[in-house]
Amino acid sequence: MNIVVCVKQIPDPAEPGALDPNTKTLKRDGKLILDESDSYGVEMALQLADAAGGGEVTLVSMAPNSETSGLRTALAMGAAKSVLVSDPALSGTDALGTAKILAAAIKRVEGADLILTATESSDGYTGTVPEQIAELLGLPSITFAKSIAIDGGTVKVQRQTEAGYDECEAPLPAVVSVTAGVVEPRYPSFKGIMAAKSKPVDEVDCAALGIDPGSVGWAGGGQEIVTVEAAPAREAGEVVEDDGTGFEKIVAFLDNLKVI
Amino acid sequence: MLGATPEAYDPDLMIVELNDEQLALRTVVHDFCEAEIAPHAEAWDRDHTFPADTVRAMGELGLFGIPFPEAYGGGGADLTTLCVALEELAKYDQSMAMTVEAGVGLGANPIFHFGTEEQRQQWLPDLCAGRTLGGFGLTEPDAGSDAGGTRTRAVLDEAAGEWVINGEKAFITNSGTELTSIVTITAVTGEAGGGRPEISAIVVPAGTPGFDVARPYRKMGWHASDTHGLAFTDCRVPEANLLGARGKGFAQFLAILDEGRVAIAAVALGVIECCLAECQRYANERMAFGRPIGANQAVAFKVADMAVMAECARGLVYGAARLRDAGRPFKKEAAIAKLYATEAAVTATREATQVFGGYGYIDETLVSRQYRDAKILEIGEGTSEIQRLVISRELGLPVT
Repeated sequence: MNIVVCVKQIPDPAEPGALDPNTKTLKRDGKLILDESDSYGVEMALQLADAAGGGEVTLVSMAPNSETSGLRTALAMGAAKSVLVSDPALSGTDALGTAKILAAAIKRVEGADLILTATESSDGYTGTVPEQIAELLGLPSITFAKSIAIDGGTVKVQRQTEAGYDECEAPLPAVVSVTAGVVEPRYPSFKGIMAAKSKPVDEVDCAALGIDPGSVGWAGGGQEIVTVEAAPAREAGEVVEDDGTGFEKIVAFLDNLKVI
Repeated sequence: MLGATPEAYDPDLMIVELNDEQLALRTVVHDFCEAEIAPHAEAWDRDHTFPADTVRAMGELGLFGIPFPEAYGGGGADLTTLCVALEELAKYDQSMAMTVEAGVGLGANPIFHFGTEEQRQQWLPDLCAGRTLGGFGLTEPDAGSDAGGTRTRAVLDEAAGEWVINGEKAFITNSGTELTSIVTITAVTGEAGGGRPEISAIVVPAGTPGFDVARPYRKMGWHASDTHGLAFTDCRVPEANLLGARGKGFAQFLAILDEGRVAIAAVALGVIECCLAECQRYANERMAFGRPIGANQAVAFKVADMAVMAECARGLVYGAARLRDAGRPFKKEAAIAKLYATEAAVTATREATQVFGGYGYIDETLVSRQYRDAKILEIGEGTSEIQRLVISRELGLPVT
């Protein structure tokens, strides 16, 4: 069972982030770490490969500046190897461009039975890349997996919904996005950290993937960030004094929200 | 006039810079502490609980095997790397830091350094993986820093091929947990000549008949660390459990003591850093007379002093560890690091408690626990007085 996990390296959320005033995007020149939301996919992949009695977990990632420290974390957890797409031309790439790059990188991994992703990244948060990858690769896609099992050539997924979950299945290979509830990620062990040092990271640029640099990055973007504004402060709630009819007001309030 | 520059002060070795793996380990230990230790440490302290499952989880992280070769299931790293892990653990809980420190330094290290290949194969893989814990029984009710005053005796029953051990040990860390597999003890095995006792080290497996573990001590601090008195009554272990050469038990212990001193100093460093971080936060948050208490020099300067202590301790700890890892002499540097860092840790915790005022005296406040826990750092694995003696001797002073 060979599994590809798409992972993103993001600025450490614990450090105060900053926007580049020119590009209006997040500054990414400092140290990047593995997006926590991707650690669930890595863990799920390791467990599925283990349950299948073998196979490799391969990471696929994209970063403008050859950054690997986040990849090393996932390699320390137990992934076998990584493909890193790194090219100055990638700066400013939008969601669809990212999906094109990742889909091309996934094709470099031979014999991938399953492709896992997070539902969205913790910094960009578009939540559209997994389905775009599936479309570009011509593969079935299941989103918001809270549980994944492999049954022969089929992936069976419990798909999280607001009310509960749907049971879905698709023939392999398929693209599945996983929620934070799917599994509890392990801590990388010290041995894992030491082993990760020598695990292969196949670094490629756009040319190696056969992608025209003009079709990605700022040049190829189908969107433009016009302005970035602070989110409006939350408005104060309404205070209602109970004059004996408080319950009616609560019922009316909830009724208005259509929750009862 | 001052003579040549001492060789130990090679400027290249004085720069403390962690490599990528050490930084990655620090991140993992930090995340582990945040999720698995910080939420429970106060309850462990309150209930005097030794959290065996958390200790096993630290084993799965590989913390107990860091400085040992991969052939025995270790991490193949060094003392510097161990210090990185201990420093981070101690920021959250000295008891867990000490469980690792003692497990590595006192449990596994003597087996690694002095064990036969067979003894290493028998005990090290489980000790390195944290599946089991080892202790070292040197101190006795009437012999502490004066370890040469050991009363515990081991007599070889040649017919049976067994050592017969009688005596008592005191304050032995990791000696009575559900994970404990062995306690290596020192015992008098004969006379060395000139009326001096011949002291040897012998490995006693947990559960051996005649090896009794007393109920845990009621301690001022380190409540989640396991410490017992041990009693040996006609306790028989195989002759092959002699560790190292007969009559070398005390010398062997002294030989590995220096590494333990650096490790304890790393724990103290984490304690100082904890006080600094907690006080930085609290001095900015806590209001008195309409402004944060950190606006008062009396408070701010205490915090500034903690930053000075942390920087000094860091330099000493990693300076000594680097010397050891480079295969250079480091006895004096280890003693200096242990002496300074542990005394600074007691000062920092006392002052942090003062910064926190009334809350600082409440058991569940982190700096309060650190204060209670810190005092033993000046006592265990060589008291401050012994460190001063070691340093004085290394300086060539005719001190006795």
